[in-house]
Amino acid sequence: MIEFKNIVKKFGDKLVLNDVSHKMETGKTNLIIGTSGSGKTVLQKCLVGLFEPDEGEIIYDGTSFTQMSEEDRKLLRQQIGMLFQGSALFDSMSVEDNVKFPLDMFTKLKQQEKLKRVNEVLERVNLVGSNKKFPAELSGGMKKRVGIARAIVLNPKFLFCDEPNSGLDPQTSMLIDKLISDITKDYKMTTIINTHDMNSVMEIGDNILYLKDGKKEWTGNSKDIIFSENKNLNQFIFASEFLQDAKLHRMMEAKRI
Amino acid sequence: MNLFTHIGKYLLMLKGMFSKPENPKLYWKEFMHQCSEIGVGSLGIVVIISFFMGAVSALQAVYQIVNPLISKTIIPQIVRDTVILEFAPTLICIVLAGVIGSKIASELGNMRVSEQIDALEIMGINSKTYLVMPKIVAAIVMIPMLVILSMVLGIAGGRITAVASGVVSAETYDRGLIELFLPYNVFFAMMKAYTFAFIISSVPAYFGYNVSGGSLEIGRSSTKSVVVSCVLILVADYILAQLLL
Repeated sequence: MIEFKNIVKKFGDKLVLNDVSHKMETGKTNLIIGTSGSGKTVLQKCLVGLFEPDEGEIIYDGTSFTQMSEEDRKLLRQQIGMLFQGSALFDSMSVEDNVKFPLDMFTKLKQQEKLKRVNEVLERVNLVGSNKKFPAELSGGMKKRVGIARAIVLNPKFLFCDEPNSGLDPQTSMLIDKLISDITKDYKMTTIINTHDMNSVMEIGDNILYLKDGKKEWTGNSKDIIFSENKNLNQFIFASEFLQDAKLHRMMEAKRI
Repeated sequence: MNLFTHIGKYLLMLKGMFSKPENPKLYWKEFMHQCSEIGVGSLGIVVIISFFMGAVSALQAVYQIVNPLISKTIIPQIVRDTVILEFAPTLICIVLAGVIGSKIASELGNMRVSEQIDALEIMGINSKTYLVMPKIVAAIVMIPMLVILSMVLGIAGGRITAVASGVVSAETYDRGLIELFLPYNVFFAMMKAYTFAFIISSVPAYFGYNVSGGSLEIGRSSTKSVVVSCVLILVADYILAQLLL
């Protein structure tokens, strides 16, 4: 579990995160949602230590990350996997080498054992046979899946995904969502996803934190959203007429049940 | 950002490079890769420039030494000393600042913009140690070798053209090369080569590592790194000449 309390982050005079607190639960897909510029990415970067919060505390499984030494942080980071918005694959390496990289760096496994593990995770993300391809030869969806494979190859306890659906078609987007959700449950990870994709919110949102202008505006899960009366949240989630109709439909369905 | 902020951030980057490697084997592999990129990758341009640099020096010396009372052995001495003292270390390093510097800055800049550096940090890898250190060490190892090669080729280029011009015989050229030769000049040139190698690799690494923005910024930082490296090479050249000659 990851808990953060009273996180404040400023860039110059601009207050980007204003007293944000929340708990990210183990074995669940925890979503951080909000409009562009609401502070989602900054919050996630604070959680993984790429940015230092100006105030507040971040706690990983009861241990304060904020007060950890750099060496301890390095050790903790080996339990963190991250999928970046642009996948952040190493251009000069093949798919196999990209996925194998954390194993090469942090384990003393034999080459054959490493390759076995690489093939296991590539199979898990449905990328069998793509070992020798380079990132430039992959589609957006495939890059994301390689990114996921690299993120989970060391069996991390925490998985961070920054806008995993950006730039993907709806079908691929749904596949990626399902994959992340399944992996989270199978490996009992604490997964934190930044997204403004409504399908993701409705399909895999076990624990949702909605940020508005850097402040915590609403929390709940995908079922709560249907009945939420928070005006800002409704404007954000159900922005189009089509989505408003979908909300009504879901509400009626839920009441019927 | 003002000059002092840049200097401070540059020094912090250098300080941040020194940490225990997670897996020395991978760092060694990266170092060898950089040696190949910096050394072998720049070989072609160094060979061409050095040869013509020596050839042109010889022709210009031949052109200017018209007094029959001056010994012809002075021509190879002029070529030798200009190549060893200035052309091979300084001119070649200025060219390398363009070739290697822009490559380092754009490679690191691209890694920064596409979040590859962040990915390394998240994995618990010190990206400065893994990405910057091998580049600087490889440059310090390979660039002096390129400078020595440049000296040899420059002097050889001068020999070929001086002999071809018919003014100096091969024998006179070879005799002139040995006369009044100061081994200290080679030491001085190597001091310059090591200093410039550090500038050529660390300054572009700083600019590339700290890129923020998009692809336009990568181009800008690459240009800026080459300009700053060239200016620093010239300043360091002056200081070293003042101190060591």
